[in-house]
Amino acid sequence: MSDKTSLKHLPSYKSLADASYSACIYTVAGLALLILLGPVVIVLITSLTDGQTLRFPPTGLSLRWYQELFSARSTPIHRAAGNSLLVALVSALAAAVLGCMASLAIARSRRRGARVMDSLFMSPLILPGIAFGLAALVYFTMIGFRPSLALITIGHIVMVTPFVLRTTSASLAQLDGTLLECSASLGATRWYSFRRITLPIIFPGLVAGGFMAFMASIDNVPVSLFLSSPRSDMLPIRLWGMMESTLDVRIAAVSGIFIVSVLVLMLVMERLVGLSRRLND
Amino acid sequence: MQLPKSAQWQLALPLSLFYIAFFAAPLLLLIGVSFFNDEMLTQPGLGNWRRFVSDAFYWKVTFDTVKLGVYTVCATILVGYPLALVYMQAGPRTKRILLFIILMPVLLSVVVRTFAWIVILSEQGVINQTIMALGLTSTPIRLLQTELGLVISLTQIEMPLMLLPLISVMARIDPNLIDASTSLGASRWGTLFKVIVPLSFPGLIAGCILVFASSTTAFISHSIIGGNRLIYLPLMIWQQTSVLYNWPLAAVGAIVLLVSVSLCIALITLLGRRSMRHLYV
Repeated sequence: MSDKTSLKHLPSYKSLADASYSACIYTVAGLALLILLGPVVIVLITSLTDGQTLRFPPTGLSLRWYQELFSARSTPIHRAAGNSLLVALVSALAAAVLGCMASLAIARSRRRGARVMDSLFMSPLILPGIAFGLAALVYFTMIGFRPSLALITIGHIVMVTPFVLRTTSASLAQLDGTLLECSASLGATRWYSFRRITLPIIFPGLVAGGFMAFMASIDNVPVSLFLSSPRSDMLPIRLWGMMESTLDVRIAAVSGIFIVSVLVLMLVMERLVGLSRRLND
Repeated sequence: MQLPKSAQWQLALPLSLFYIAFFAAPLLLLIGVSFFNDEMLTQPGLGNWRRFVSDAFYWKVTFDTVKLGVYTVCATILVGYPLALVYMQAGPRTKRILLFIILMPVLLSVVVRTFAWIVILSEQGVINQTIMALGLTSTPIRLLQTELGLVISLTQIEMPLMLLPLISVMARIDPNLIDASTSLGASRWGTLFKVIVPLSFPGLIAGCILVFASSTTAFISHSIIGGNRLIYLPLMIWQQTSVLYNWPLAAVGAIVLLVSVSLCIALITLLGRRSMRHLYV
């Protein structure tokens, strides 16, 4: 469009300005893509090094650090990964149920109370997680609980439920209220209407939200940092400890596994529920 | 909906109770704990608040934390906005690929993303190798444990949080407005600043809030990239809790973090509303 107009006229101040616009925008956008993707590619390649250091580019390629990662020497990492997966699964399921119910109650309500509740439920996304992590530690210790996976799970549910609420509420906004009226006037019970009408419509949003909640729990640092103990070690905290002490190349291998799993999961979720569309509402 | 209001409200009850018991109560208790003078929580008093307020070190830590958030917000806008512009004008296929690239870092663990930046920023890292090969410097420049290095890595780590709300708002901009602006003789820069930027403001504000909130509580990045030379509030809170066992002082730090982040978010929202009113009238 604008290219045509600039072609018709002789080179002028405006077409120069437009050319500078394209040059600037595309250069910076290219830089942004490089910044977003570069680190991922670099870590993936580094994890295949045959050397002892994190030098990039690696001197030679091998799978030795992956072998090392799956050997018996890495049992603490395996245990931490198992804990993280278990907590993430339970948190995501609980968040899906609690979040779905709450969004049914507040998403379509115009009452003031619903707005207040909505901001309460969404606040863990904005408030500093580290403050909540400390608060949870103080709270659970004072009512007499010792750190355990169950407590970590409770903390994670608080932190990840907003993801479910957001996507489910967006799906509910697309639900036509008259469908429910029809269903009710034809004699369906509320539970039947929910199962046959509401649930199928919000299901993709619910699954996308549950998936985000799962990933957020796997990735959670603030709560796990304060509530995990040697007996209930969590993967991000263990990896952080490994990074703090020595730069173990096994971390690159763990990262490699993370990257590949995320790519696969994203493709699967995109097929199943159109993940990117759900998150971009 | 035709459902009785009471039935709908009950659905929000489980999550409300959960949040009151495990989110609101711990945070309130945290405020209580901050008003104790000793670690054993036996003498109530303002001792730790006085200690925090009278010590220039803690003021500097608080100021640095807010400053880091502001720098990260500015960097993500500068680098991210052009990418959002390219996204807005791209075809559906390119859009899907771009969205995939933007989403992936969100799902990838923060630990992995932080680890990547160690490989890039270290003295034998990618950046130093590149600038030394170009002959720009003969000795490696120090990037790890500097504010610059931390801002660079946080730019990548937080950029998706800026881009996601931004592109979803920009997708709703009527392309006719941009065409109209061009055909009425505005240069592309003029169209950008007079049409696109004002219309994308709501997304920009949402992005600023998310990036600010996330970068000021990014414990792993602060401690790994910043090291022990740069102290931010999350690190101070963790040290007081897990190394020095001084819960009251840690609680003071956590409340200061909570309040300063909330104030900054309120300020961003207020400034955003102000300028939007100014732009639209």
